[in-house]
Amino acid sequence: MTTTLPAYDEVVARYEPVIGLETHVELGTNTKMFCGCPTDFGGEPNTRVCPVCLGLPGSLPVANKAAIEATIRIGLALNCSIAQWCRFARKNYFYPDMPKDFQISQYDEPLCSDGYLDVEVNGELVRIGIERVHLEEDTGKTLHVGGATGRIHGATESLVDYNRAGIPLVEIVTKPVPGTGALAPEVAKAYVTELRDVLRSLGVSDVRMEEGSLRCDVNTSLNLPGEEWGTRTETKNVNSLRSVERAVRSEILRQASVLDAGGRITQETRHFHEDTGDTTPGRSKETATDYRYFPEPDLVPLAPDTAWVAELKAALPELPRLHRRRLQEQWGLSDLDMQSVLNAGAVELIEATVAAGTTPAAARKWWLGELSRRANETGVELADIGATPAQVAELQGLIDAGKLNDKLARTVLEGVVDGEGSPTEIMTNRGLEVVSDTGALTAAVDEAIAANPAIADKIRSGKVAAAGALVGAVMKATRGQADAKTLRDLILERLGVQG
Amino acid sequence: MTDLTRMTATDLAGLVASGETSAVEVTRAHLDRIAAVDDRVHAFLHVDTEGALAAARAVDERRAAGEQLGPLAGVPVAVKDVLTTKGVPTTVGSKILEGWRPPYDATIVQRLQAAGTVMLGKTNMDEFAMGSSTEYSAYGPTHNPWDTDRIPGGSGGGSAAALAAYEAPLAIGSDTGGSIRQPGAVTGTVGAKPTYGGTSRYGLVAFSSSLDTPGPCARTVLDAALLHQVIGGHDPRDSTSIPQPVPDVVAAAKLGATGDLTGVKLGIVREFTGEGAEPGVMAAFRESVDTLAKLGAEIVEVSCPHFRYALPAYYLIAPSECSSNLARFDGVRFGLRVGDDGNRSLEEVMSLTREAGFGAEVKRRIMVGTYALSSGYYDAYYGQAQKVRTLITRDFTTAFEQVDALISPTTPFVAFPIGARTADPYQMYLADLFTIPTNLYGGPGISVPCGLSEGLPVGLQVMAPTMADDRMYRVAAALESVVGTFTPPAL
Repeated sequence: MTTTLPAYDEVVARYEPVIGLETHVELGTNTKMFCGCPTDFGGEPNTRVCPVCLGLPGSLPVANKAAIEATIRIGLALNCSIAQWCRFARKNYFYPDMPKDFQISQYDEPLCSDGYLDVEVNGELVRIGIERVHLEEDTGKTLHVGGATGRIHGATESLVDYNRAGIPLVEIVTKPVPGTGALAPEVAKAYVTELRDVLRSLGVSDVRMEEGSLRCDVNTSLNLPGEEWGTRTETKNVNSLRSVERAVRSEILRQASVLDAGGRITQETRHFHEDTGDTTPGRSKETATDYRYFPEPDLVPLAPDTAWVAELKAALPELPRLHRRRLQEQWGLSDLDMQSVLNAGAVELIEATVAAGTTPAAARKWWLGELSRRANETGVELADIGATPAQVAELQGLIDAGKLNDKLARTVLEGVVDGEGSPTEIMTNRGLEVVSDTGALTAAVDEAIAANPAIADKIRSGKVAAAGALVGAVMKATRGQADAKTLRDLILERLGVQG
Repeated sequence: MTDLTRMTATDLAGLVASGETSAVEVTRAHLDRIAAVDDRVHAFLHVDTEGALAAARAVDERRAAGEQLGPLAGVPVAVKDVLTTKGVPTTVGSKILEGWRPPYDATIVQRLQAAGTVMLGKTNMDEFAMGSSTEYSAYGPTHNPWDTDRIPGGSGGGSAAALAAYEAPLAIGSDTGGSIRQPGAVTGTVGAKPTYGGTSRYGLVAFSSSLDTPGPCARTVLDAALLHQVIGGHDPRDSTSIPQPVPDVVAAAKLGATGDLTGVKLGIVREFTGEGAEPGVMAAFRESVDTLAKLGAEIVEVSCPHFRYALPAYYLIAPSECSSNLARFDGVRFGLRVGDDGNRSLEEVMSLTREAGFGAEVKRRIMVGTYALSSGYYDAYYGQAQKVRTLITRDFTTAFEQVDALISPTTPFVAFPIGARTADPYQMYLADLFTIPTNLYGGPGISVPCGLSEGLPVGLQVMAPTMADDRMYRVAAALESVVGTFTPPAL
């Protein structure tokens, strides 16, 4: 199809988009949802399995309490009601990476329902309704080998790895979000970002989209003002925050071009392509599988104790949005300055550095200055730069103690980033410490005086400013490891001059 | 010399413990008996000669080392092929699992080992425990030792027949709608279905998760109670397992054996004494009721009006759960795989495997269950059946406000000839008419031999409230103390 896509601004002036998001989060529990197998990412295929997560005949599931607790905490952080009684349900369908050929999930009795998450877009709050938060088990992974694309088409063999099968998975479904107009793609991105931050602050998941521990499906529809909502599509394979925004935008444009041409939108699953930014159709939802849900008879109903839920609620961490606002005030930053901290992904890094004893200004200077520069140069995330908040705090401590000057500190920091060790180790190993040993310095000063008799005379005659030249000479001789002020005082002292 | 195969488990354990005989001798006697008669009975699908002798030797060594042995140490047990046994074939009576050797033991199997019992092998059953005659086994029917032209009941016909043929003194069964009690009744042996959750289902290949209950089979009530005590109790691997100790069924069986039922109030289920049961069965039942009254029990009649809906409700709930439980038999990870020639799609291979691997009755139930759970039909079928289940539970709880236990014939008819009921599924389903309500309720039930009709055994069923398994053992043992045990004609 060679349809030219209409211009985005023009499309959103005519059509109203409605979006909705379904997010799957792998919980970071030690063990799987229904058995004792470990949940670490990776591992040799089919080594983290047992009769239960392989669905062997006779095996039975036992629900993981830590996963239930994490789900309830997510629900509470998203302002949901927590069910006083609910059940797991079986979702029946045949697929080889699904060991039992049914998934233990939740159906009409989710653990958490009817909440919201406020997100900030362009300085304004948008309230995203949360339909439900429920708990289920992940599937295994199918690998198609022998073909060119790694997809089933053309493959000679299909291999299944069940290491992931049974890892606890939380599904968070929003209510439809109408009324965001042109901002729909940004709202979608802001929601997933905020949700990720909330999940991270709860410590329930490592929320890495690239490793699949946070997965997002984006629903999009268009309607004309005053008319009913249009038919929605569900876009899958949206694997980064940027892709969330691009996928919504791309679907808005595609649907508008179909509608403009008098066509109808098919309710279907679409696949997002990172490289082109386009979506292509997947399986049609009009012939949807009948999952034959029914209450899981192998598990007893969940009835979270009200007092326990109240305890979990009381112990929730501050929401990231409120937390950021508080930090901004504490650090005394303008909105613009805070925005640059956010853009650099440095909030938590600075916070941790401050917690380790550094002033907010110094912490911000290192993370937004030297370290951001290095991160940009090498194309890595700031958090993965190789320097930790503790190391930055240690570095600043050395400066404050007079052991490093600013220039030396930069050299030490480079060593830290290159993995040479802690700031103190690098300083010591590379002999970068400011020379404060007066004996050694006195010798260097005396040497410089002897080598520059004319300058020495000038100083003796009262031209104290000339001392700068001797300072430079000593600095050169000590490879910059002297403190300039100490040095100056010492020169004047050796020459018998009052400073 | 005494024939070791004719003895009770209680006596065998005593002989082994005292050193009068060895576990190996006891085991060999039973293996010899199996070798002599099982071609006519076909109670076993797999005889684990080596494993049994090794287990027996271990018991003898422990005794020689002066270790204290459990009450059933050295006693052979036949295990229904529905329980997983590590390294030992487990087929569930189905072609789809032919050759599968599980990598793990069921909890009950572990407990049997820990108690020092000796597993002789795996017994025949209707495929996936779906049937009442063992004729639906993919490996051929089991024959009733009372008349080898007749069925031994089902689905646990193999376990019951092994007892009646003196191939084993103890056996394990599983009861979803009557699969322990009904075979017990028609073979003149004792079969107990414990309270649901009283015995672990971990390692029991599921038919209907909310109904399946593994339990003990024996030739005497006390032996059944001893076995019940060994296999019962909480299992953290089964979420539906009840975290409470097993009621003292052994003490109850011993109390019952004194023949005194003074102060015990028994209710005859009115709905189960009208038409439906053979006259000979009703006659034996009536006579037993008189016996129980003579032992001091107060007998009243109670009404359980919703029991008449039990069969239809069961035949929606059990197939629904089975349609999901049996989905995993798809040829991908274990068991049979058909048509994997490199050209066929995954769906085709799954479909061909299931087509070839499942028998007609299993397919019938998968189809019924799939239909009953389908969107648009769920409320009318599965949902409605669950409501009926609640009403039946209410009938039981109301009845147990008036009486200590309920009694009825175990099954409406004595062992029928092989082939007599296979043409009409409904005729087969009627065999469980009196046993199914207990499964829907979740309480315990036991079948104890109470007499003969036309030379064939009749069973009396005692049903008790949940976690009051001891009550049914007391009543059953009291009846047994008067009517005795029943010995089939020589094979």
